[in-house]
Amino acid sequence: MAMLEITDLIKEYPGGLRALDGVSLTVSEPQVVAVIGSSGAGKSTLIRCINRLVEPTSGSIKLGGQELTSLNRRALRGARSRIGMIFQEYNLVERLTVMENVLSGRLGAVSFWQAFRRNYPADDVAAAFELLDRVGLEGRHDTRADALSGGQRQRVGIARALMQKPDLLLVDEPTASLDPKTSRQIMRLIVELAHERDTPALVNIHDVALAQASSDRVIALKDGRMVFDGAPDGLTPDVLNDIYGEEDWNATIRKGDDDDDDNDNTGKSTLNIAGIIGRAVIAE
Amino acid sequence: MIATGHAKTYPDIWRRFSPLESAVRFFWFVIVIFVAVWSLRNLDITWVYFLDAHIQAGDLLTRMFPPDWGHTGKILAPLLETIHIATLGSIVTFVISIPLAFLSARNTTPNWATWFIGRFILVSSRSINTVVWALIFVAIFGPGAMAGIWAITFRSIGFMGKLIAEAIEEVDEGAVEAIEATGASRLQVLLIGVLPQVLPVILGTTIYRWDINIRESTVLGFVGAGGIGIELYSSINLFLWPEVAVMLFAILGVVVISEFVSATARQRIT
Amino acid sequence: MSPPATTPVAYPRVWKNPPVFLTNPALRYGFWLAVGFYLFWSTGSLDIDWARAARGLPRAGDMLARMFPPDFSRSELLIRGIIESLQMAFAASFIGMIVAIPIGLAAATNLAPKPIYLAARGIIVLSRTFHEVIIAIFFVKIVGFGPLAGLLTLIVASVSFISKMIAEDVENMNMGQIEAIKATGASFTKLLVYAVQPQILPRYLGVCIYRLDANIRHSTVVGIVGAGGIGMTLSATFKRYDYDFSLAILLTIIALVFIGEIFSTWIRSRLR
Repeated sequence: MAMLEITDLIKEYPGGLRALDGVSLTVSEPQVVAVIGSSGAGKSTLIRCINRLVEPTSGSIKLGGQELTSLNRRALRGARSRIGMIFQEYNLVERLTVMENVLSGRLGAVSFWQAFRRNYPADDVAAAFELLDRVGLEGRHDTRADALSGGQRQRVGIARALMQKPDLLLVDEPTASLDPKTSRQIMRLIVELAHERDTPALVNIHDVALAQASSDRVIALKDGRMVFDGAPDGLTPDVLNDIYGEEDWNATIRKGDDDDDDNDNTGKSTLNIAGIIGRAVIAE
Repeated sequence: MIATGHAKTYPDIWRRFSPLESAVRFFWFVIVIFVAVWSLRNLDITWVYFLDAHIQAGDLLTRMFPPDWGHTGKILAPLLETIHIATLGSIVTFVISIPLAFLSARNTTPNWATWFIGRFILVSSRSINTVVWALIFVAIFGPGAMAGIWAITFRSIGFMGKLIAEAIEEVDEGAVEAIEATGASRLQVLLIGVLPQVLPVILGTTIYRWDINIRESTVLGFVGAGGIGIELYSSINLFLWPEVAVMLFAILGVVVISEFVSATARQRIT
Repeated sequence: MSPPATTPVAYPRVWKNPPVFLTNPALRYGFWLAVGFYLFWSTGSLDIDWARAARGLPRAGDMLARMFPPDFSRSELLIRGIIESLQMAFAASFIGMIVAIPIGLAAATNLAPKPIYLAARGIIVLSRTFHEVIIAIFFVKIVGFGPLAGLLTLIVASVSFISKMIAEDVENMNMGQIEAIKATGASFTKLLVYAVQPQILPRYLGVCIYRLDANIRHSTVVGIVGAGGIGMTLSATFKRYDYDFSLAILLTIIALVFIGEIFSTWIRSRLR
């Protein structure tokens, strides 16, 4: 049985904008699927339709055989608790500690009072400590989330998603707010964890080189339609021209797209150094 | 300006506002003056009383001195009651206003009807002055501190509810979305996603309101709702000005101290 | 998936969130103990007639029953009171906004000499400390019952509020602009018009509108001690158990305050 099966998914926003125009996608093995495409191509809408943070207009989404589009609120919460999500802006509750944020991944499994008293089952606590260790935040469990750097916050976000023991990971531009070096570290962490835990992951990503280097499969969206689905090697300049429009892609494909304009508050000189380190990180 | 290549011509007149802008400003100015004059002329005021007001005021002040410090012991208990009314009222307000704020914030209210009810409670609570609330509760509970506490509470929930609801409407939606995506229930989303974000606002406004409530509770006694106002009102009506002076000094002290406490406590909230 | 059971000893199975406030446990427990003691003590020491309070609920029901339907038949009395309240609010706001200017400027450290500053601050602190109703009752004693006492009360409250805001704004002013205008050789009054006024005018007008809004609310209450306006009528209805008329007055006040608030928000949004 396919792990995730999307059939003819359509999302039309009020006002008539068709963000998704008949997308079909089947993921039948635990693989990392990179979703590429220019801004506004529907990447974010696709991911948010799966756990229905955005309500799809029509079509079918099956997770492990269960139809998600027709679930009522209560059943939807159950389904959401089996889908981990990682966000571009990390979306931590800033004023809570790292541990509280990680354990919030278990909210679907505990009662209101347990959540109120922060009284989580011992297994969950142990699993949370293990995950913090795994993502490289050992000993930081009592730090408040707003005291962490961007990369550290994203690590907490990853731990929170994996705390759900998900059947599927939805990852929305995990690196777009990070510098190139941290981007690569975070991406590598997500890919490793997905493979370790045999969890399929759908990763929206801007950075073509990073997508190629880290994924098992790439799909590309353009104007709400799927225009590419295949192995990362299949992304030839012709294909990229088709997805993004005319550009000299050879430089991007060979050297890696380090001058991604999403990198915020990074000075020019540090950018180059980070780019070099970034390539070394991927190469190792 | 036309660049002809010849010598430039400069305008002879410069005005800060265009004629229309000036007209609009003048129009507003006239309206304000007109309303003020109309109000003053139509008030039923006997201006003769105003002429010797400074003499009366001076007379009142001289009668107050020296203050009757022997009276200090007798006002300690009512003064304490004033503080108790303000504090207990603030605590009850704290408990009531949090759910009310969630009901009145657009992004957390269950539906438009609950939102409307929440907003209506907030507006009514804030429109009616504490002293008027006190009138109502004295009629219900009889004179005493009980009426005072409820008067303070009913006036404060509107104030705090409004500020907290505004804070709730401005929370980081990303964090809320992330908690929703974990499969959390609606209440859990409010508890883990929203409440921590607005907690500093809740604590800050509670302390701020407590400070205001101290001041408000000094006059509750005028309508019989407990506190130092009872003694103050009766002393004023009996023209016991030296006693009144002592009470005014006591109120001044308590208000200044509570303002200081409130400011210090609010600074420590992060 | 790696179930937590594979690492049974390596990771702690118990976790408690660190206390946010009062990290010392003795102090923290002490604090909560003190809170508990305070609640016990304060509720115990209050002079509450519990038997009377217990009758409160049925009485409240009885009162509500008498309140409905609200009685708007004495509309002439109602309208006269409301208009008097409004007139007090308008006039007090106008006089207040003018008188507040010199006092506000005098209460700014960066403009006024020390003695003047202290005097102005003293006036502001003193008038802010006492509740409007206390000030109102003194004015009633000085000028007698009626709207004049209410007007004077609202003027005092407006002046202390607006002048405090002016003083704060002037103190937070950009001093570079002051220096630049001073450097042109401008006199003190020219300095006020050219460097001070443009910086504080929008906020000043906003504060005045806000104060008008507040005055409308307060004008409904000073009447309770005899200082004019609808409050006098309202407190009389309570004394006469005339609750259906009370409710009519209360509803009118709510509507008035609501309209006033919408008006003030609208004006203030246009000032920006």
